[in-house]
Amino acid sequence: MTELTLVQAVNRGLRVALSSDPDVLILGEDVGVNGGVFRATEGLQKEFGPERVIDTPLSETGIIGTAIGMALYGLKPVAEIQFMDFIYPAFDQIVSELAKMRYRSGGQYPCHVVVRAPYGGGIRGGLYHSQSTEAYFAHTAGLKVVIPSNPADAKGLLLTAIHDEDPVIFLEPKRIYRSLTGEVADGDYRVPFGKANVVVEGTDVSLFAYGAMVPPTVEAAQALLSEGISAEVVDLRTLVPLDEKAILASVEKTGRAVVVHEAARFCGFGGELSAILAEKAFYSLKAPIARVTGYDTPFPYALENSYLPNPARIAHAARAAARTQ
Amino acid sequence: MSAGAGVVPLPYDAAMAGSLLGPEARAIALSAYRWMTLGRALDARMQGLQRQGRVGFYGAATGHEAVNVALGLATSPADWIVPGLREQLAALVRGHPLAAYAQHLFATDLDPARGRQMPCHPSARDVHYVSMSSVIGTQITHAVGIAAGLRARADPGVALGFFGDGATSANDFHAGLNFAAVYHLPVVFGCANNQWAISVPVERQTRSATLAAKGAAYGIPGERIDGTDFFRSYATLRDAIARARSGNGPTLIEFQVYRMTPHSSSDDPTRYQPRDWGARAASHDPVLRLEDWLRKNGQLDPELEGQIRIEAERQVREAVAEAESAPPPRPESLTEDVFVDSRPFVPERGE
Amino acid sequence: MAKAATSKTGSQGSADSFPEDRIVEIYRTEVLARVMDERCLTLQRQGRIGFYVPLAGQEAAQIGSGYALDPSDWIFPAYRELGLALVRGIRAKSLIDQFIGNSADLTKGRQMPNHYAFREQRFVSASSPIGTQITQAVGAAMAAKKRQDPIVTITFFGDGATSSNDFHAGLNFAGVFAAPTIFFCQNNGWAISLPREKQTLSPTLAGKADAYGLPGVVVDGNDVRAVYRAVREARARAIAGDGPTLIEAQVYRFGPHSTSDDPSRYRPEEAVRKAREHDPVLLLQSELIRNRILTKDSDSKIWEELKAEVARAIEAAENTPAVEPLSFFDDVFAQPTPTLEEQRASFDQLLREGVLRP
Repeated sequence: MTELTLVQAVNRGLRVALSSDPDVLILGEDVGVNGGVFRATEGLQKEFGPERVIDTPLSETGIIGTAIGMALYGLKPVAEIQFMDFIYPAFDQIVSELAKMRYRSGGQYPCHVVVRAPYGGGIRGGLYHSQSTEAYFAHTAGLKVVIPSNPADAKGLLLTAIHDEDPVIFLEPKRIYRSLTGEVADGDYRVPFGKANVVVEGTDVSLFAYGAMVPPTVEAAQALLSEGISAEVVDLRTLVPLDEKAILASVEKTGRAVVVHEAARFCGFGGELSAILAEKAFYSLKAPIARVTGYDTPFPYALENSYLPNPARIAHAARAAARTQ
Repeated sequence: MSAGAGVVPLPYDAAMAGSLLGPEARAIALSAYRWMTLGRALDARMQGLQRQGRVGFYGAATGHEAVNVALGLATSPADWIVPGLREQLAALVRGHPLAAYAQHLFATDLDPARGRQMPCHPSARDVHYVSMSSVIGTQITHAVGIAAGLRARADPGVALGFFGDGATSANDFHAGLNFAAVYHLPVVFGCANNQWAISVPVERQTRSATLAAKGAAYGIPGERIDGTDFFRSYATLRDAIARARSGNGPTLIEFQVYRMTPHSSSDDPTRYQPRDWGARAASHDPVLRLEDWLRKNGQLDPELEGQIRIEAERQVREAVAEAESAPPPRPESLTEDVFVDSRPFVPERGE
Repeated sequence: MAKAATSKTGSQGSADSFPEDRIVEIYRTEVLARVMDERCLTLQRQGRIGFYVPLAGQEAAQIGSGYALDPSDWIFPAYRELGLALVRGIRAKSLIDQFIGNSADLTKGRQMPNHYAFREQRFVSASSPIGTQITQAVGAAMAAKKRQDPIVTITFFGDGATSSNDFHAGLNFAGVFAAPTIFFCQNNGWAISLPREKQTLSPTLAGKADAYGLPGVVVDGNDVRAVYRAVREARARAIAGDGPTLIEAQVYRFGPHSTSDDPSRYRPEEAVRKAREHDPVLLLQSELIRNRILTKDSDSKIWEELKAEVARAIEAAENTPAVEPLSFFDDVFAQPTPTLEEQRASFDQLLREGVLRP
């Protein structure tokens, strides 16, 4: 066990994968000599060489398209997109190619690719270093979408992703890259996909969150406890595959649901979650489902703290739900 | 330059055509001709079936046969073909059974790609023929990644990334050629310039004098050749593949060909092509050119020619008949192959 | 079909000669850019602004091209083009308002520092994605041509952007449609940590113009006159209907990519020291003093004046009220959707109930 930040845990996960499997390699902008702009790949090029930790020209479609080709051949590339906001030049490759390759070839050509990208707001990044657009990818059949919320999950989910035979969009909450630390097991271990994590157990209201929204949601639950409201916090961990069982079990217990994400609300992942609850837990619900999300505006620079859900907003929504009988 | 003026034709000397290959020309010419005849027969039959509504769509490669057969013959089994839209014949030359391809064209349960794609989008892993999408150019970076994989594993193969003239404007052409050059990868880029991106003539596609010239922007040697000349296509591919295989990096080859059919069965070229296009294209027919060479070199007489054509038509007929009577994909296959662990189809409540 | 010609612009004559009578003004603009850079880097370190993108080393390339343009020409910048903004008459205060994101910021605190927009000055909004402005400049040029407006558009980007999707599409479209556009690449040697020679194997970036049938020109970006002439010639060609030109101005990025970057991780200090021997601001400074256009004293006075001007601008910008808390709901659409209206109201409610503090 070692006390690590989330970005260090990502780095350790990559190192384990590179050490244990010669087919794993990393490619992206500034990932080599510079160790990544967030230092997620710090030291890896020195250790594994420029043939396995590859600095690329400035082209996201080049990075993802080339990674797909490597995977078609049988390697296990881990592509880094410097910020999720810069993934769109490669959107064609991800949506038209990566997601569909296995299916369209009748299973002949799987695509063993991980796309890592830091996502989300709270670092004074303005419109183009802050977005949280996981819904585009979760909406695309054939992609797995993974978002860790703490160092131990980051490493364990990343190792699962790298060894998963399917394309995985691995989104890293850059806001909490360094702001929190946690105990991380050494060596190789895997956190399975499709298993949500009940971070705080409670009986009155279920709070669903993922990634950088988990810490403020836990904080809200703690504040609610002092008011006599017992909130359960469920960290989804993976949006695709989704742990419907855990979600339904929690709401069947509490009867109330608040969905938290920093992405814009309209057609955000919270809409899907709410639909599932409406379809499958309708008779357990004692209060309307509430969503605490980013607003339907582009991500603002100066007022980012107004845009992002915080413990006060989450608690406010949870309180209203809990008081509905 | 007016629309549809086309490229300046490269000089073609029928007498000289085979001399590029020396004695090898005689050795492969007849086999190449058989394959080209098969391609032509398949195109003719499938276009007919499409008009009759027996197959949903078809994209012919008529006019591209010399390049496709050269691609099939100049590559070794270790090489990978990353096709654009019209290289299916190369897969057949490399050993993918015509019967399997026909199952794909009819999207049956026996289609190796399980009826997932439109006709003419085969996947043939048995011959390293990669799945193609309908999106233009996306495969170019895949060829680059495959080449990186070949090198990482010290495999002897070369990746051949093919595309049309329109794809030279695509994102992945730019990224793919740049990456291939920067990493000095064993890849050959083949641009089958048939002078039309659906309705856009190549002189409206770009202001550059040739498409081969675009290689220079990435530090890649580029060559424009007559893609209706089988021998030149074969020799150029063979040399570029040898260069790539021996660690001397990528090459861009522009094969100048003439699209002798509509873009696809959904297209009506009379709306945009000049009246004389058909005649001009017909005067650059790669099959007739090779036929002419074979006759002049005493390898083909009318009797053999007839036999070859009848044999090709028979093969096509039989493959089509077999595929047409094959069952459609099982309904439950709909949700398979989305991920490695095929998720069972979960019926909605009340469904 | 245009014959592609890649040439190195020499220092001698062309139709439009350099405005020697404005050389001190040009120098002052370069000095102002340098002073802004130094002060803003400090402000960022002190936490008074959140981020900054320095331009040191690129002043002559930017200001030389700025002076070669007509005020009616449209500029499509990347995020390093502070020098261009100064040529267009943008005041230091306006720039610092944007860096802070206060209520006087014309972009309403929406973007990171250096991502400004000045519509009146035909200086289009910059974004962080690389190269996206290139196709936009082509579209604006095609529109200007359609309306028969005698203007050009010019777009600025770096060496890294030559690998981007929009470089490829932009130069190709401009060639096909003979758009009156100037593609101005400031090759500063580094795309964050990736050196120019690993960006592409093409011997020059200007040489990439051949692939689109366009003329490509390499120019010494530290030579303000050479830059001016290259842009002037490209502009004349565009106005005459002969289409676009790609200019590669060879410069060197003296500072970090941005304040979030630590260049000591990937490049030797020695390379920077050598590049600084060709510091465009200092080159012009010593020339003006050598030619007695300025004295050491009058030069110092310029620096002092501009430092004072920037100090005043900072003070004024810092004393400007913060951006209005509900303003981030504005400008999503011309008219807000009902959904957005509802969200704005609920946010306002949270403020008024004291659940949130502005």
